[in-house]
Amino acid sequence: MHAAVIVFPGSNCDRDMAVAFRQAGARVTMVWHKDTALPDGVDVVGIPGGFSFGDYLRCGAIAANSPICRSVMAHAGRGGYVLGICNGFQVLTETGMLPGVLLRNAALKYVCRTVRMRVETADSAFTCGYAAGDEITIPVAHHDGNYFADSDTLKWLHDQDRVVFRYLDNPNGSVDDIAGIVSENRRVLGMMPHPERVVDPMHGGTDGASFFSGLAAALAHA
Amino acid sequence: MKARVHVMLKTGVLDPQGEAVRHALGSLGFDGVEGVRQGKVIELDLAEGTTEETVTQMCEKLLANTVIESYRVEME
Repeated sequence: MHAAVIVFPGSNCDRDMAVAFRQAGARVTMVWHKDTALPDGVDVVGIPGGFSFGDYLRCGAIAANSPICRSVMAHAGRGGYVLGICNGFQVLTETGMLPGVLLRNAALKYVCRTVRMRVETADSAFTCGYAAGDEITIPVAHHDGNYFADSDTLKWLHDQDRVVFRYLDNPNGSVDDIAGIVSENRRVLGMMPHPERVVDPMHGGTDGASFFSGLAAALAHA
Repeated sequence: MKARVHVMLKTGVLDPQGEAVRHALGSLGFDGVEGVRQGKVIELDLAEGTTEETVTQMCEKLLANTVIESYRVEME
């Protein structure tokens, strides 16, 4: 598995994401936002958490229009895998690669804690390391993680089994407790919680390890 | 020339910041504030001859997220 991790000014989970990919056996290339092309042979693009461009205008809006994002969209258009965590999820919704939007948390407060969430489907390369119904504990850290989409979009997500994670204890007001979704071809995933922060016993938990090892196994067979 | 772009959350999208402002106004004793919606105003300094259509494209591509926001352009 060759992973590219995009680095924007203000990204702060890029190295954590690279560590998690490497731990799952991936070769990782860090890619600066001003680059116009992804390295050859990239299987999965990771868009990390942080505060790209200081969250100016709207979270993820400036990053979504950066030069590298055009290549990321082309990669996804060719059926490539893309993973957006936290700010990365915000970037994916801003590009339109995933539907909906992340609003300010309902309680208007930055939330930084671990949450319990349920794996709703194992039918994606990202979640095949889990079983549907697994309950896992993953950290969240965000101010704008309140997922919103109109009722038609929600029905569509539900009917196509595209809600991959749901909060058991909704920390931000997300509609239908949605914590993460995938694209129609199930190869683009966005989620607010941070699986890359729980991949080693020293992190205080390892519930995120199966996310990356499952992805590596799925791509090895692809 | 200048353009002013007003960006507002669409009706039906919960605006927790507006709600917080409404509560604060109530606690200051301002009765009768039935709703507050908070948006933003973006002022653009433009080269002469820039058309409203161009500004509209700016809104569609970047200045507003049309999933949740509506916008209004004022050319001066």
